[in-house]
Amino acid sequence: MSNEQAHSGIWVPAEIRHGKITPATFELLGEAVRLAAANADKVTAVLWGGGLDPLIGELGRAGADRVIAIEDSRFDVFRDELQAETLAGLTGKYRPAIMLLQAGSLGRALAPRVAALCHTGLTADCTGLAIDPASGALLQTRPAFGGSLLATIRTNGCFPQMATVRPGVMRRIAAAKTVPPEVVRESAPADRWNGLKTVLAGFGREADEPSFDGAGAIVSGGRGLNGEGFALLRRFAELSGAAVGASRAAVDANRIGYPHQVGQTGRTVRPGLYVAFGISGQIQHLAGMQNCEVLVAVNTDPEAPLMKLADLAVVGDAGDILRQMINQFQTDGEGK
Amino acid sequence: MKIIVCIKQVPAAASVRIDPVTLQLIREGVGSVINPFDYHALEAALALRETAGGEVTVLTMGPPKAETALREALALGADRAVLLTDRAFAGSDTWATAYLLSLAVRKLGGADLLLCGKQAIDGDTAQVGPQLAARLGIVQATGVSELRFVDGATLEVRRMLDGGGDLLRLRLPALLGVERDLNRPRVPTLPGYLRAVDRPVTVWSAAELNPDPALIGLAGSPTRVVSSRPAELPKRDTVLVRGSSADGAAAILRCWKPRKETI
Ligand SMILES: Cc1cc2nc3c(=O)[nH]c(=O)nc-3n(C[C@H](O)[C@H](O)[C@H](O)COP(=O)(O)OP(=O)(O)OC[C@H]3O[C@@H](n4cnc5c(N)ncnc54)[C@H](O)[C@@H]3O)c2cc1C
Ligand SMILES: Nc1ncnc2c1ncn2[C@@H]1O[C@H](COP(=O)(O)O)[C@@H](O)[C@H]1O
Repeated sequence: MSNEQAHSGIWVPAEIRHGKITPATFELLGEAVRLAAANADKVTAVLWGGGLDPLIGELGRAGADRVIAIEDSRFDVFRDELQAETLAGLTGKYRPAIMLLQAGSLGRALAPRVAALCHTGLTADCTGLAIDPASGALLQTRPAFGGSLLATIRTNGCFPQMATVRPGVMRRIAAAKTVPPEVVRESAPADRWNGLKTVLAGFGREADEPSFDGAGAIVSGGRGLNGEGFALLRRFAELSGAAVGASRAAVDANRIGYPHQVGQTGRTVRPGLYVAFGISGQIQHLAGMQNCEVLVAVNTDPEAPLMKLADLAVVGDAGDILRQMINQFQTDGEGK
Repeated sequence: MKIIVCIKQVPAAASVRIDPVTLQLIREGVGSVINPFDYHALEAALALRETAGGEVTVLTMGPPKAETALREALALGADRAVLLTDRAFAGSDTWATAYLLSLAVRKLGGADLLLCGKQAIDGDTAQVGPQLAARLGIVQATGVSELRFVDGATLEVRRMLDGGGDLLRLRLPALLGVERDLNRPRVPTLPGYLRAVDRPVTVWSAAELNPDPALIGLAGSPTRVVSSRPAELPKRDTVLVRGSSADGAAAILRCWKPRKETI
């Protein structure tokens, strides 16, 4: 436990995938800029891997005042243990007040390890962050009990105050800064994990893994869409360029793979348009998509919960409507 | 091979109902079960024991009634069961939980392999595993969807990451967080239950674990819940369309049009 004055700044460790900074990193930087405005704080991005220089400017434009760059190609693969020790070490040196990480599979492996080493609190999957005007503390709001409650959590006198946020929850800000960020070079500590854990091979996205990040439109199927209906759903997605999502009931029925699952135990998405075919709208599904811009529901039952929540609620058979959508999309001619 | 499986007892319904008047959780009628992901961790341990030999210990921290979760694990084939329970442990967050579990693992003389579920469905944090690995100073792999022994001291695992994954070689001791698609858990049998009935469950309280009192329970937890409220859903003005499938399809496609033009 240390005194609050000594800690300042908001840190966002960046994630790189296939040589590119992930969209969620930019979203977190956007949120960090918003939080920093509350007490004139500074935003620092931490970047690691090989060949970093071309990426530094991007972090600056997305809101980083400073970039701590750890040029080290060992980090081109994810090394939980060494990365956690590196971050914990830097935290001791620079004493940030807040650290935000992406709640993807990598952040969810790294953040708790860092929190354990720093002896600090960590709140997973926050959907809202704010600075308490009275104390300056970070208020971390997250869904609890399957999304039926929202709990607000504080870090109790420990630093940094750590939170993870799922991709798609926060907003990236458009070109925040024109001044290039200050760049600080750091290095990783000695690797005592060498030989204890070796990456033998990496594999890419499974052929059928959807790309939800940045998707303009997602069409999603539930238990009310049968196997044939799912084929139509994919066909329409292909025509229109939408990504394909699903409810857990559809995944459990083996109509589509788990990577497509949207919801509490699947992915969180925030598309411009979400069209749900035969999905009832249980709280665990809503947890993953309720923040879409435009919501359309198709259901034979006008009383289904999602039909009451949607902007557009279409009563009808999901398969029939998809068939019509494909026809109309094609006969529309310039379907581009 | 010494394997410790961390299991947690959770409410049977992941989504609890809220009393609209008192805003309290309605707990009546909601039973307790082993966290679904933890069955996969236990199954992995039992399968590894079948090939590599050794001993499987199940470990849980929770209220006294969490013993039923351990009994079920014994019925499934675990060799030993340890329950950490004490009023002083109540209110522990994931940091304090990992600390207490680490004391128990040390008291058990350590392990070659520690297995956790991917996440507990009550809190959905997926934190305890990596925190425990960090405290014990051992390597970890989360999102494990395949595993096999190379030899008695080396494990190969496939770990899922967003947009791909990797194949890892781990020198034991190590901690794994396992995915649902790792295996198909066996179901307990009546003879299994009968064998488990009078198996001892080791119960450790603060007196046995001897934790630093400043690091456990509510007071020792670095996170603090300051408030909670029922979740509200974004309000939209719903337009309801009834009619032919063609009308419905046309209405939906109109949502597409303006978007397509902006691309
Ligand atoms: C811990 C936990 C985590 C969970 N995580 C998730 C998660 O991440 N994602 C998720 O989705 N769920 C999750 N669930 C499951 C969730 O509670 C629901 O069971 C699930 O979302 C239901 O899926 P569904 O809407 O497709 O099915 P149902 O609830 O069965 O709804 C099917 C709908 O289709 C309609 N319908 C039927 N026939 C037709 C037709 N011909 N045309 C049009 N409509 C039709 C019905 O009227 C109904 O509304 C979780 C549950 C738990 C306990
Ligand atoms: N109280 C507990 N006792 C034993 N193991 C636990 C406990 N809490 C969490 N775990 C383990 O940690 C995993 C992740 O839990 P969580 O971090 O709560 O999502 C679970 O699947 C369990 O394997």
